[in-house]
Amino acid sequence: MRVTQFAALGAALSLTAMTAQAGTLEDVQARGELNCVVTVGVAGFAAPDENGKWTGFDVDFCRAVAAAVLGDGEKVKFVPTTGKTRFTVLNSGEGDILFRNTTETMSRDADLKLTFLPVNYYDGQGFLIRKELGITSAKDLGGASICIQTGTTTELNLADYFRVNGIDYEPVAIETNEEGITNYSANRCDVYTTDASGLASTRAALDDPSAHMILPEIISKEPLGGAVRNGDDQWADIGLWVVNASIIAEELGVTSANVAEHAAAAGNNPSINRLLGTEGDMGAMIGLDKEWAVRAISAGGNYAESFDRNIGPDTPIGLSRGLNALWTNGGILYAAPIR
Amino acid sequence: MSETALSQPQRNIVSRLWNDKETRSVIIQIIAFAAIFALFFYMIRNAVINLEAIGKDIDFAFLTQPASYDIGQTLIEYTSRSSHFTAMIVGIINTLLIAVFGIFLSTILGFTLGVLRLSKNWLTNKLAYVYIEYTRNVPVLLHILLIHGLIVHALPLPKNALNVGDAAFLTNRGFFLPSPQFEFLFWLVLGLFIIGIIFSLWFRSYAKKIQDSTGKYYPVFWISLGAIVGIPLIAYFILGSPIQWQIPELKGFNYKGGMVVRPEFIALWIALSCYTAAFIGEIVRAGITAVSWGQTEASSAFGINRSRTLSLVVIPQALRIIIPPLTSQYLNITKNSSLAIAIGYMDIVATIGGISLNQTGREMECMTIVLLLYLSFSLLISAFMNWYNKRIKLTER
Repeated sequence: MRVTQFAALGAALSLTAMTAQAGTLEDVQARGELNCVVTVGVAGFAAPDENGKWTGFDVDFCRAVAAAVLGDGEKVKFVPTTGKTRFTVLNSGEGDILFRNTTETMSRDADLKLTFLPVNYYDGQGFLIRKELGITSAKDLGGASICIQTGTTTELNLADYFRVNGIDYEPVAIETNEEGITNYSANRCDVYTTDASGLASTRAALDDPSAHMILPEIISKEPLGGAVRNGDDQWADIGLWVVNASIIAEELGVTSANVAEHAAAAGNNPSINRLLGTEGDMGAMIGLDKEWAVRAISAGGNYAESFDRNIGPDTPIGLSRGLNALWTNGGILYAAPIR
Repeated sequence: MSETALSQPQRNIVSRLWNDKETRSVIIQIIAFAAIFALFFYMIRNAVINLEAIGKDIDFAFLTQPASYDIGQTLIEYTSRSSHFTAMIVGIINTLLIAVFGIFLSTILGFTLGVLRLSKNWLTNKLAYVYIEYTRNVPVLLHILLIHGLIVHALPLPKNALNVGDAAFLTNRGFFLPSPQFEFLFWLVLGLFIIGIIFSLWFRSYAKKIQDSTGKYYPVFWISLGAIVGIPLIAYFILGSPIQWQIPELKGFNYKGGMVVRPEFIALWIALSCYTAAFIGEIVRAGITAVSWGQTEASSAFGINRSRTLSLVVIPQALRIIIPPLTSQYLNITKNSSLAIAIGYMDIVATIGGISLNQTGREMECMTIVLLLYLSFSLLISAFMNWYNKRIKLTER
């Protein structure tokens, strides 16, 4: 008798334990909090500040999504992950959405069952090295010890680049950016390699940034973007359009400062009206209300505001817009229109 | 009512079965087994359903795909074009390397510590005591990070390397040592060495037989030493030292040629050995103390000298107590080697269970492989130690 009871209990548990794949939006709204997968700490992109509040370029996108979905950009629980744990955390449902300077690739999209959001930072892999070594080109790195984060696309690019150029090197495996800085500072490795944006962030965090330089070679394409699990198209759409809204807001000159004014009444620019919900009801198409984009833009500003505040030329990271300028300004940032 | 429907004898059977102590225990065991089975069934089923829901299958075909990443320490031929399977083998070899070196060093250190702890010299005794208490009460991960940090921060860069006799160079990138290049005649020396071992094994049983029947005693140890070490050594010099040493040279960023022991290996090896040695020291001390002092006194009463008392009376009895807990320490060192990940030593967890897992996204497959590998290492070590334990256990006549 008891045995059958146990079996019945087991069967009942198995049924309830099936995680709901669709309905991430409902789950997040019921929870009242967005679980956003970020890095354990890359200054400028995602890192807790001295008060323990997460700030950064990636963090702003988390907050924008939370604002659009929950009405409050502060209702985010940040889930810090290493390069190795990020996709498992996302796929297991521990995180709802990922903004973790992650390169979009075919195998991640198809084999890891991710749905990528639009690219929010066009990057490439570079090399950070001490100026005193007198190296000016990555081709002269034969025999060098190179610190490399495991579980990243940069690890694979590095192997390819040195194989193609027929030079050898000693890979020094590290887990996090923090560990990379420690090992590079201690001179365990001559070179630290990762995305050029990450290197700029790392260089800024070193004791004497001017003693280090980033080599001119950029050896790969690293389109960085957010991602969600496969299987919930509505949720993917929300992520996609929040990112697009941020870029479109910059195109249209809508900022966190003037967004309330624009949203108060329909103006004579229909694009702004559609974006801010004063004309039509675009939000309903992705399961949100009319003011979704207003809240998203109020939370972290448009693309340019977030970029300038976190990683722009006036920050210690000091990145210029480069490829990440709007397509109208010589960059390749080009968002699909809201219509 | 079903209760009344049961006839009297049937109810008796149920209550009799339940009241019978032995039957009851069998019933409880069946229930417990079913519960555990149900729990595992539920967990596996849940995993399979969830994987299916996101469209992931279980497939080991990725093992034949190129790994595409490089590994710092490879004892076999490996490039980024090699398969994930080869990467796994590299990881297995690196894990086994650390396990074997760790077991070797921790045993020597541990036995020394155990004996020092028993020393009547106050200072020696207390020093060993302090060492043991410090080492085994700090998590081994901290030891690993500390030693790695020391090597990386304290040792010089390759261009200012610590030069040991123009042959070895100690740097924070690793210890660059001369590597031996064996000439043909060297294999002759190796042959003599192996013959020496075989001869010693035979001589030991022969000497025992002679001693048992006539009482004549041969100095087995010295004769064996001469056969195993002495003769090959003499041959080595007569043949004109048939080993060439390739000395590492500074070229560009690092030393080239010779062989290199990476800081990650050294840190892991030293930390694991020192940590485990503290435990082994206590096990050895407990084992020796457990042999009654009366045994030693009885042995002296027979006129057996002190060193032979130790080797023939005390140690054989102490070993019986030492071996089982020693086995578990050997298992610990093998399993703790997985902490390698903290400093980037490329063991099983870092290769197949780390980078391969991450680059292919095959969590279930990779973790299953890692789990089975550790399980088989542990079972192999256990099996060997059990065999050894059986061999030395008290023979009852």
